[in-house]
Amino acid sequence: MNRLDRLRGPVPPRAHDARALAALAANPGCARRALMDAAGVDKDGTARHLGFPAPFGQSQFAITRGNVFEALVKENGCAELLRLLRELLGLPIDQVGYQDVETVGSHLRASHTRTLIDRAARELDAAVFYDHPMLSLQIAGHTAYLEPDVLAFQLGGRFHIVEIKSFSVIDGQAEPEKVAAAARQAAVYVLALRALMADLGHDPERVSHDVVLVCPENFANRPTASLVDVRRQLAVLKRQLVRMTRVDRLLEGLPPELTFSLEPDDEGVPTRSARELAEALGRVPARYAPDCLSTCDMCMFCRDEARACGSTDLLGRQVRDQLGGVSGAAEALGLAEGTIVPGEGQEEIARVLRLANRLREECLR
Amino acid sequence: MSTLLALARLRAMRDGTAQRITTVRHCHVAERPMVFIPLKLAGEAAAPLGAMVGTDPGHPRLLVVPQPRNRDLRFAFAGELAEVLLPYIESFQKATETVEKKGGEPYERCLDAPQIVVPNRPAVAFTGLLGRSTRFRRVDGPHPVHPSVPLLGRWLTYFADRAAQPGSSLLLAATEALGAHWATGQSGLEDANLAALMGWIDPPAGMSGRRAAEEAEDPLLWPPAGPATDPGFDNEVLGPAIRAYEDAPTARAVERITQALRTQLEPTWRLMWRAVELLRALPEGSRVRDRWEADRGSFTRFVERLAEGGPPQARRDGAVSAAARLAGLERARAGYDVQRAYDDPLVMAEYRLTGEAFAGVVTSAEPEHFEGEGRSRKLRPLITVRTEDPVRLAPGTVLGSPDRKGHGAEVVGLAGDEITLKIVKGMGRGRTPAPGAVPEPGERVCYTSLTDDFQTSAALPDPEQTPWTHGGPPEEYVPSDDDAREEWE
Repeated sequence: MNRLDRLRGPVPPRAHDARALAALAANPGCARRALMDAAGVDKDGTARHLGFPAPFGQSQFAITRGNVFEALVKENGCAELLRLLRELLGLPIDQVGYQDVETVGSHLRASHTRTLIDRAARELDAAVFYDHPMLSLQIAGHTAYLEPDVLAFQLGGRFHIVEIKSFSVIDGQAEPEKVAAAARQAAVYVLALRALMADLGHDPERVSHDVVLVCPENFANRPTASLVDVRRQLAVLKRQLVRMTRVDRLLEGLPPELTFSLEPDDEGVPTRSARELAEALGRVPARYAPDCLSTCDMCMFCRDEARACGSTDLLGRQVRDQLGGVSGAAEALGLAEGTIVPGEGQEEIARVLRLANRLREECLR
Repeated sequence: MSTLLALARLRAMRDGTAQRITTVRHCHVAERPMVFIPLKLAGEAAAPLGAMVGTDPGHPRLLVVPQPRNRDLRFAFAGELAEVLLPYIESFQKATETVEKKGGEPYERCLDAPQIVVPNRPAVAFTGLLGRSTRFRRVDGPHPVHPSVPLLGRWLTYFADRAAQPGSSLLLAATEALGAHWATGQSGLEDANLAALMGWIDPPAGMSGRRAAEEAEDPLLWPPAGPATDPGFDNEVLGPAIRAYEDAPTARAVERITQALRTQLEPTWRLMWRAVELLRALPEGSRVRDRWEADRGSFTRFVERLAEGGPPQARRDGAVSAAARLAGLERARAGYDVQRAYDDPLVMAEYRLTGEAFAGVVTSAEPEHFEGEGRSRKLRPLITVRTEDPVRLAPGTVLGSPDRKGHGAEVVGLAGDEITLKIVKGMGRGRTPAPGAVPEPGERVCYTSLTDDFQTSAALPDPEQTPWTHGGPPEEYVPSDDDAREEWE
């Protein structure tokens, strides 16, 4: 049995979406997350079983609005989308084909997408929307399948990724964090589509780095489209994926029988005790940062762990940066208060901390 | 983030309780602030769901939109909010003072100004969006609204814009005001949760701040402070209640939604007033008054602009107004940073840590030292200060001091832990220094290269003269029926 399969246990693997990949790239040093994702472990289920469910809920209102908006953009073979793209790209097109890839079974979608993209890449002039395509991407030695609700649109030999989001663009401005998240996600699709093109022997640069972001305009439901340049996100993503610790390296030194299995009993409750599972997870180091609280299902568990060992990771990167590599809170305070003798290379940070401590005492006396 | 702040956070983490990071309060707290807690419908840009608002902690006004997707109900909400907010704002417009301006016409300034306190940064942004979606509405033509609606929109826009101004206290976000005075043992991201932040600062008796903050993360015990609601509440309580209203829009259905929202808003309402109390209890920094005066001036100018019938604020700034706004914000930021340091030794300590300031004891003074000969002979007293601080100031650097107003000195030289200064400003006009103008041996003094010198505004052309490189002169705003028709769904 494959080591990764053993890690996951006898349960089906979890599929990745682009959001998960984007989050993984945001914290590439986290071995725990890299391994769990590589093995397809259900992180949400794991966190629940451990008693640390992630605080991510989605409101039915937000889901409804998202679905309604997406349906509006896609209805009648993406008629509304065509209008937007004509204006945005200044395209003299009056007809665009529409292919719904979802018409084939889910196990065939990836290969079906591949065939369609290959055909489209050969016929330069056929403008086609592809709804529900499925792309794949090699991540740290394993294949991740991406199921974008997104459409790849090609015209004149160029492919564009179209990303539909339900946050509003008001007077030409949207919330920067939301646009950034959408751009990171779209960059994953661009990368995957480029990989596919290269694999098929086409020029990957035919996939545009300008993605089309479709959002509601102002306070209405009417869609508006804008081009977002994701070159920067692509560069970051590529670098992180290369740097991302290879899964084989992570597996080295771990006991061969190690597993994070959530194998359920007849009632659907995992057979393993939460304590055992927590111990197993403890064998693989995590790199907790407060940002995890908005991106990773395991965040509450890892935060609790970081608290137990008094790590300065809890306070965020800005604080860590000020502590010159001292990772323990007790150690940093000891250096500041002069109860710990600075080790080699710690003299400078110890001097600053002691001074800061003296100034604080002096001012609050 | 400075090492001092990092250290305060580490201590908070160890001791399980928030640590002071200032010795005085740096924001104005009004005698009668208005607390405003807006809620919005998840997934929508600016669909108000409800709000708790008022100036009396014991009597909040609860506003509810039973179906947030209904346009008419939204405008009814805006009308109701205007009923609370506008009389409050107007109550400050009557009493004014005449300000004599050197070399200019005297002008009127309101004696006091309104202050709105919202829970957090997103609430400020939502206030701005609410303003944006109401300020262009028309009272005649298609889709007429009550006259108070566009006026409310202009005020909300004004307050949200003003909140971007460093040092302004007209619209305060509670989490930011508290976070500027206390450090917690959690990350900045987690500090955005008002209940958790208040848990660290003011835990219930017998409970550590850390424990209180943990408890505050449970949305069932402490509902989010808005504008976003708890998804669990949306799905289990609000969703069914709104559906019931849709099926039968009766008074009972409205009451059900009202009760539901009350459970979400009341805990935050109490927290907000507790936060106001905590801030008020801090001794006020001496320059807070000056900044509030600037706020009063800004408020008065906006009142005048409305009275003169000026158009609503533009959707986007033109090139010239954007540049002017940015320059203004930069000046305000620089001034605010300096003023805080001058008001507060603990803030000044951050500059001492980096060598831009120092404190120490005067070891010798030569008050009647002169420089130059004949007519250019000038009084330049010398003092020597011993300090333990790591001074990084080059000879010739001009220094100011928080101890003496109008006082200025220049670095002459450093030797070991002693630094020699010559006093160049603030000694009076006599042949000898005015009494007290020169620090005496034994006195503890503090000097810094930070100075709040008046900076002239950047020279910008009139908007009509905007060069083509910047898009040319902006189009003039002409109110149109399109504004009134703009959807808000």
